[in-house]
Amino acid sequence: MRTEVLIAGFGGQGVLLAGNLLSYAAIDEGKNVSYFPAYGVEKRGGSATCTVVIADGTVGSPVLGQPAVLVVLNQASLERFGAKVRPGGLLIVNSSLVDITELNRSDITIIPVPMNDIATDLGDLRMVNMVAVGAYVALTGAVQMESLSTALAQALPERNHRFIPANVKAIETGAQVAKSKKEA
Amino acid sequence: MSKRLFVKGNEAAAMGAVEAGCRYYFGYPITPQSDIPEYLSRELPKLNGEFIQAESEIGAINMLLGASSCGVRAMTSSSSPGISLKQEGISYMAGAELPGVIINISRSGPGLGGIDASQSDYFQSVKGGGHGGYHIPVLAPNSVQEMYDLTMHAFDLADLYRTPVMLLGDSVIGQMKEALVPNARPVRELPEKGWAVRGKSGAEQRVVKSLFLGDGELEAHNWRLHAKYQVMKEKECISEEYETADARLIVTGFGSVARIAHTAVAMAREEGMKVGLFRPVTLFPFPEKALAEAAGRAGKVLVVELNTGQMVEDVRLSVGAAAQVCFYGRPPGAGSLPSPEELLDVIRKQYDDTAR
Amino acid sequence: MQQVFKRPQSLKDVQTHFCPGCHHGTIHRLVADAMDLYGVQDKTIGVASVGCSVFLYGYFDIDVVEAPHGRAPAVATGVKRAKPDNFVFTYQGDGDLAAIGTAEIIHAANRGEDITVVFVNNTTYGMTGGQMAPTTLVGQKTSTSPYGRDKSKDGSPIRMAELMAQLGGVAYSARVAVDSPKHVLEAKKVMREAFGYQAEGKGFSFVEVLSSCPTNWGMNPLKANARIGEEMIPYFPLGIFKKEEA
Repeated sequence: MRTEVLIAGFGGQGVLLAGNLLSYAAIDEGKNVSYFPAYGVEKRGGSATCTVVIADGTVGSPVLGQPAVLVVLNQASLERFGAKVRPGGLLIVNSSLVDITELNRSDITIIPVPMNDIATDLGDLRMVNMVAVGAYVALTGAVQMESLSTALAQALPERNHRFIPANVKAIETGAQVAKSKKEA
Repeated sequence: MSKRLFVKGNEAAAMGAVEAGCRYYFGYPITPQSDIPEYLSRELPKLNGEFIQAESEIGAINMLLGASSCGVRAMTSSSSPGISLKQEGISYMAGAELPGVIINISRSGPGLGGIDASQSDYFQSVKGGGHGGYHIPVLAPNSVQEMYDLTMHAFDLADLYRTPVMLLGDSVIGQMKEALVPNARPVRELPEKGWAVRGKSGAEQRVVKSLFLGDGELEAHNWRLHAKYQVMKEKECISEEYETADARLIVTGFGSVARIAHTAVAMAREEGMKVGLFRPVTLFPFPEKALAEAAGRAGKVLVVELNTGQMVEDVRLSVGAAAQVCFYGRPPGAGSLPSPEELLDVIRKQYDDTAR
Repeated sequence: MQQVFKRPQSLKDVQTHFCPGCHHGTIHRLVADAMDLYGVQDKTIGVASVGCSVFLYGYFDIDVVEAPHGRAPAVATGVKRAKPDNFVFTYQGDGDLAAIGTAEIIHAANRGEDITVVFVNNTTYGMTGGQMAPTTLVGQKTSTSPYGRDKSKDGSPIRMAELMAQLGGVAYSARVAVDSPKHVLEAKKVMREAFGYQAEGKGFSFVEVLSSCPTNWGMNPLKANARIGEEMIPYFPLGIFKKEEA
């Protein structure tokens, strides 16, 4: 199996950490993975994107032209990448910040998840990236949910390990909401 | 098997250098390779090694020249504009037959250009980038694991042939993270460094130099270097093939673009096209024979590069009349990295031509 | 019979290629004398630069690495870091050290590399045929300053020994001449002191030696020798500009 995702947002939303977390989980499961970051020239506040390809066999291209799955955390990223999602693919949007009414894609599945609201309700807006990862994994099964909990210890610096339980909660909530939206 | 780590390509190269026994690093900051000096500035002091952030790329390559003259394993790294500055030193090292490893995580040009993935330094790397007519082995990794493995290999080649060796990557290979198995350095029989300066200790004087003024001396030296390059061509070519056995079109490219092409070739196979991928791992020596064989069977070669056409010249020289050679290039810059789908389109077009 | 004068052990028993009246031979002898004094011939690695001094290995019986033009201090840095227990010196001319190699000398000095630098200032490019050097005196005619060095266009000659003394990493910096027996004896003492700094691990030491170049100055050896005192010393004063006690 080969899964691929492009995660896009603005700097500070934790896009790169989200990609790292997925990668660590995949590696723990014995899979091959490539994580390719791309950020704006600015150190702060620019765009931040990363691609993560997970495969049982050869990863192949770390660069994605038409991602099978796109996770967008802000409006600018939807405008930049929305049209590129592969026909039949999946788009997961942070509906707290992103308006999809202008997006004309009847050929893909769109799952809105109010990521900012969920993260804020859980006590910290900065966990918006965890909510996104939970939603992505729940909808695609790219890695096991349990692997994410273990991978947090590797993806987060030691000083932030005290936030692991809260992050696990954010991942789980993101997963639940995404699944309920899919069924709805 | 060692534990699988998750690291950046640049870090993997630095780790490979340490595993290869390199304890001396001299560099200067430049994007997108700064992870290499950053890693080594942390690790080398712990190993009683030396890390110097030099005053310039010129300073750094000459520190490498000095350390290498003493017979130790030493390295520098940079990105394209910095590699240009190092060319003087590389030529002197080639002339004095000094080992040493130079990593080029190349960026786009000419001039200041940009920091995007680029393969525009191919000519500079494989044709001897400095003055005076020489070659150095050039290795082109396409994964984080290869950044590690080929860095170790580079040190062995350097000692084996008494030559600087270059590792040529770009921001895709340097900045991406993948699983790395940090295998132990392979055991390889290497010659004694009986030429290295050490303070003569009552024995014969040793001189490391590239100046040869005696009648016929320099000509003989050049022929000897030439003979060394021929041995490299015979013994040190590395290439990788994917689905080439029955292919009617061979796609070829190195480094990052070969990764993208790999996926494009897999997609083409799914569409029923008999397409294969030939990836040179050594750019000098160029795997001429292996490519000529694969191309001869297929009858047509598509060269893909992140430039306006450089490796394609070596492909044409290798293949001769045995196959038709066509080219697809994306010169570097923001937004110019081709996608697998884009390369698939090119394959479809070229493959259709083959069918006619 | 008592022997009162002999060739230093660190020098080879060969004739030099230097022109009549050139001071390189004398300066080589002073360097060899200092090496002998500390008994470091067997553990010395010399770094040759580009210019008339490139044939260092032909005259000194020591291991030598040849550096690209101006890069000797960077090469010596690599050598010394790899071989901290060895004795390392560079021998450079004024075009090499004070023009094309300015960055390398300033930064090796500023890092306080534990090496000795012998800087031969003869106000011209010797090997390439007498072109204007960074140390060429104002008004001095050379093959690339046929009307004389023009301060308004070419700037002033660089006083390297004084410049070196300003850098934190430099432990010792001096300027000497070898145009008279008195100056030679003083130079010998300074050279020994400078090498002593390295022998005792006290840090970077720098000796500038004013030297003649009769051929490129278009003078006979006597006249060239006299020019040192008449024209060079007034602009390039002799003395010790820094001597850190450690």
